Amino acid sequence: MNLSPDAVRQEVERVYRAESRVILASLIRLLGDFDVAEEASQEAFACALEKWPAEGIPRNPRAWLISVGRFRGLDVVRRASRIDSSLDLHTLSAPGEESFDAVLDAVPDDDLRLIFTCCHPALSLDARVALTLREVCGLSTEEISRAFLSNPVTIAQRIVRAKTKIRQAGIRFEVPDNSELPERLDSVLQVIYLVFNEGYSASFGDSLTRSDLSAEAIRLGELISDLTKDSEAFGLTALMLLQESRRHARSSVNGDIVTLEYQDRSLWDGQMIRRGREYLSRAYELGDIGIYTLQAAIAEVHAGAASSEATDWNRIVSLYDLLLSVNPSPVIELNRGVAVAMAQGFEEGLAILDAILAAGSLQDYAPLHSARADFFRRLGRFSEAAECYRRAIDLTRQEPEQRFLTGRLEACTSVCVEDFEN
Amino acid sequence: MTYMLLVYLEECRMVGMGDAAPKGCDGLAERLMDSGNYVSGGILQPTLTATTLRVREGQRMITDGPFAETREQLAGFLLVEAEDLDVAMSIAAEHPVAQFGSIEIRPLREVPLLKPMTHDHSEGDSVAKA
Repeated sequence: MNLSPDAVRQEVERVYRAESRVILASLIRLLGDFDVAEEASQEAFACALEKWPAEGIPRNPRAWLISVGRFRGLDVVRRASRIDSSLDLHTLSAPGEESFDAVLDAVPDDDLRLIFTCCHPALSLDARVALTLREVCGLSTEEISRAFLSNPVTIAQRIVRAKTKIRQAGIRFEVPDNSELPERLDSVLQVIYLVFNEGYSASFGDSLTRSDLSAEAIRLGELISDLTKDSEAFGLTALMLLQESRRHARSSVNGDIVTLEYQDRSLWDGQMIRRGREYLSRAYELGDIGIYTLQAAIAEVHAGAASSEATDWNRIVSLYDLLLSVNPSPVIELNRGVAVAMAQGFEEGLAILDAILAAGSLQDYAPLHSARADFFRRLGRFSEAAECYRRAIDLTRQEPEQRFLTGRLEACTSVCVEDFEN
Repeated sequence: MTYMLLVYLEECRMVGMGDAAPKGCDGLAERLMDSGNYVSGGILQPTLTATTLRVREGQRMITDGPFAETREQLAGFLLVEAEDLDVAMSIAAEHPVAQFGSIEIRPLREVPLLKPMTHDHSEGDSVAKA
């Protein structure tokens, strides 16, 4: 069967787009080394371009590519071990006697194995994030460094160090067993949420790359939920979908911040909210409600409210109470304080925020100062509000956030001047 | 793979223990011998007894005390065979000092000459290889 080179090229490209990450994940497991697997995968696709025109497209292109990649990879290791005798063929080679069917049976979990390996808690959080984006999501080091406003050389070094540690410290390409799963899954969810937040909170910078990061995080969340059936994985995915649904309402046409209260709720993405709710109800069904599911539940209350006034703030306060009982944190106390202010009044909210400020750990946390400023402003205490806005501006590095706070500060100081003149 | 578990803790706790091993160390060593993970282990005298030596341009330079002046000091070690880092981490988590000190887990290089002595080798054999 002879196919035109064009038809073959198109098919190879299609398989590459759809399957190259999964094929790489399998080759990493089979060859036990990231770089050897990367090279082997490239060679397998090159080989397909060469052979498929004459031999026809195999029935299972993925299996074909993994099989060819595996042999090419073993060749790479053999060549390297001849040049560099310190490379031990034994530690890098695949289990030889295993039948290829058994090798392929393991493939559906290779994605998951790779995620768990890249997010191993023995790697630093920065390294886990960079390695996951590079190996699981297939982002280039340049793309990762742009997204994290970092230097490509730094990111590349971080990835190389992480790969070296995985190889030399004996981190295996395996899904952890049940006794280790909770700790290891926490580490994975933490990486996913960090990637999402990086894409979400700073979406005003290089907006295109950054929304890509959020999309990648949601994709990983869906994948890990599907593969582990863990309630917190579903909770995290629900949380990300519900937050992401507000993306288009969060900034005005000229890039200014629009806070939740003033967002045009018709701009919220209804389909994403529906998907978020589906994930949230799966999390509820599975039980073991944790921090991500509770945060998703709070986001869901907002998603269902027609306006800030129509929001069930009392329900939000009780969800924050639950969240605090699972995971005490001053930042969650702050969020609870804001919910209390909306539910009961700004005096009550202010009392909570003052207590958090006095406790000391959030003294340099800009959102605490901007929340206090906002409460003072609403209570008509404009000079105190202005003072808090100044403090918040000093502590904020994001440009749109600074613009937003400066606008508020100017409004407060002009009122103060009027007061004085009257 | 062979892993070295370096046990660190605050000096005052080391001194306070006298000659006794931290509670639970013996039990851990026994369990590791039964499971075949144990290679070797030991508890160090306090840093008061330490001498640091360097040779520079043929000259021996000797300092009283340990090399690094940190809050936690090396207090002992455990050498184990483990199939991967996760297994080594589980062993470290069982170490009683992990509750109040810290355990640094370092894989040994897979260089045959530096393979640790195991019970199968006679001492003379290993010395000859080294």
